[in-house]
Amino acid sequence: METITPTAAEASAPKPRRTSVITPGVDAFAIGMSDGASFLKRFFVESLWRPFHVREIIKQCYEVGYRSLPLITLTGFVTGIVFTKQSRPSLAAFGATSWLPSLITIALIRSLAPLVTALICAGKVGSNIGAELGSMKVTEQIEAMEVSAINPFKYLVVTRTIATTLMVPTLMLYCSFVGMAGSYLNVHGKEGTSLAKFLKAGFANISFLDVESSVTKSFVFGFTIGIISCYKGYNATSGTQGVGKAANASVVMSMFVIFIEEMLIVQIINWIRNW
Amino acid sequence: MALNPPPSAEVDPNAVISIRGLTKSFGDLDVLRGVDLDVQKAENVVVLGRSGSGKSVLIKIVVGLLVQDAGDVTVFGQHVHQLKRKDLDGMRRRVGFSFQHSALYDSMNVEQNLEFPLRMNTKGLSQGEVHDRIRDALEAVGLAGSLKQMPSELSGGQRKRIGIARTLILRPEIMLYDEPTAGLDPITSGEINDLINQVQENYHTSSIIITHDLTCARHTGDRVAMLLDGRVLRIGSFDDVFDTDDPRIKSFHDYNFTRRDSP
Repeated sequence: METITPTAAEASAPKPRRTSVITPGVDAFAIGMSDGASFLKRFFVESLWRPFHVREIIKQCYEVGYRSLPLITLTGFVTGIVFTKQSRPSLAAFGATSWLPSLITIALIRSLAPLVTALICAGKVGSNIGAELGSMKVTEQIEAMEVSAINPFKYLVVTRTIATTLMVPTLMLYCSFVGMAGSYLNVHGKEGTSLAKFLKAGFANISFLDVESSVTKSFVFGFTIGIISCYKGYNATSGTQGVGKAANASVVMSMFVIFIEEMLIVQIINWIRNW
Repeated sequence: MALNPPPSAEVDPNAVISIRGLTKSFGDLDVLRGVDLDVQKAENVVVLGRSGSGKSVLIKIVVGLLVQDAGDVTVFGQHVHQLKRKDLDGMRRRVGFSFQHSALYDSMNVEQNLEFPLRMNTKGLSQGEVHDRIRDALEAVGLAGSLKQMPSELSGGQRKRIGIARTLILRPEIMLYDEPTAGLDPITSGEINDLINQVQENYHTSSIIITHDLTCARHTGDRVAMLLDGRVLRIGSFDDVFDTDDPRIKSFHDYNFTRRDSP
């Protein structure tokens, strides 16, 4: 029988103390950025190779898209009505209520619909993904996939991120449509404008660039929601508390990044428009 | 007293799992400090140790979920940490891992939990063959009637069994059990111990069983390895390992048996 005990020298050997390079906060931020960059890089690498898990992507599109429809419908419709009601007095002061359809359409398509859709999806879908993956992480379900020779990153992260990237633009277009429907009901009720006249006036000042830039913006927002929520969930720690933190961080960080992207993309689009 | 020879520095060519000089630290905490262990074909090796002694870390390194700081692990003669993703997946298909908390996919029912790894790892199976494999795996763990149940509807013992069935569906050659009886009552623990022995007998698997339950160790282990201070302190048959004056090992034994038996 072999009995091995650590030598006294080994047992008493001093451990190297870990010190921060700058400050603990700055170090943690730098490490977080580095981890995030690695996660992003891995997404692009993994999404290029088979298997593509098409069935799972479709399932996630259903979860992200179809299950968000009631909330998007309500929010888009209310936004259309409220924005029309709030804008009318200002335009009426100049006798320009006939500009309402155009104003609402431009506001909805250029800015309101992409932003409202993205923020709702960040709240609903982002928290859902963050909590789901976080829960899978802390209950070892992700490790169970790994040891079953299933690539969990591909199956969980790539499919969900592709689903949000595809579904947020789709929901944005739907949100624009519902918002215009709400606005039309209000305009029709007050001014008796016909649908044909509303649509003609509404789209008179909308260019292809407006629609295209909003769709592009929504692709970016969708990708942002997917990748950040997956990152937060996939790296959750500390049991059930970690799941809550992952869900919360998914929403907060997604919204934060969406606002920054919105600002940057608007600058770029204005630059293209004036070019 | 039939004792095993001390592990040598050389990798045992006949062993299905061979671990040499394995070290692993988390921050300043040295969990494993030079573990040597061999598992032979169709042998159950129990790794005993206190909570936090690195038992689970050990088998997670074996299956490539964690990477060691130093030392070597070979499974089927392949150096695990040198394997590329594709080869690592190939190795993992031959190794079943039963998690401490079962790790069942809670969004899937029992049937889907078993079907998922099977579909992902085998191509060209007909629906009938898939059903047959699922039925066989569930019958092997004695839960053939629970196909449509969700994991949340199962008891702790049933979850353990389904977790084992999910690994058996890929017909592994090695089984790694992480605390198979933790949190179970003595009767259910006994059933799980019997199941581990049945799996070894029917599937001819080699196993590492991580536990701090001495009853489990005595019933399932062909050999028992005592992990203390990050190393395998003693290895041999159950009785041989505890035939010692080392107070750390004696107290481990006494706490499990003497105190439990006392009024």
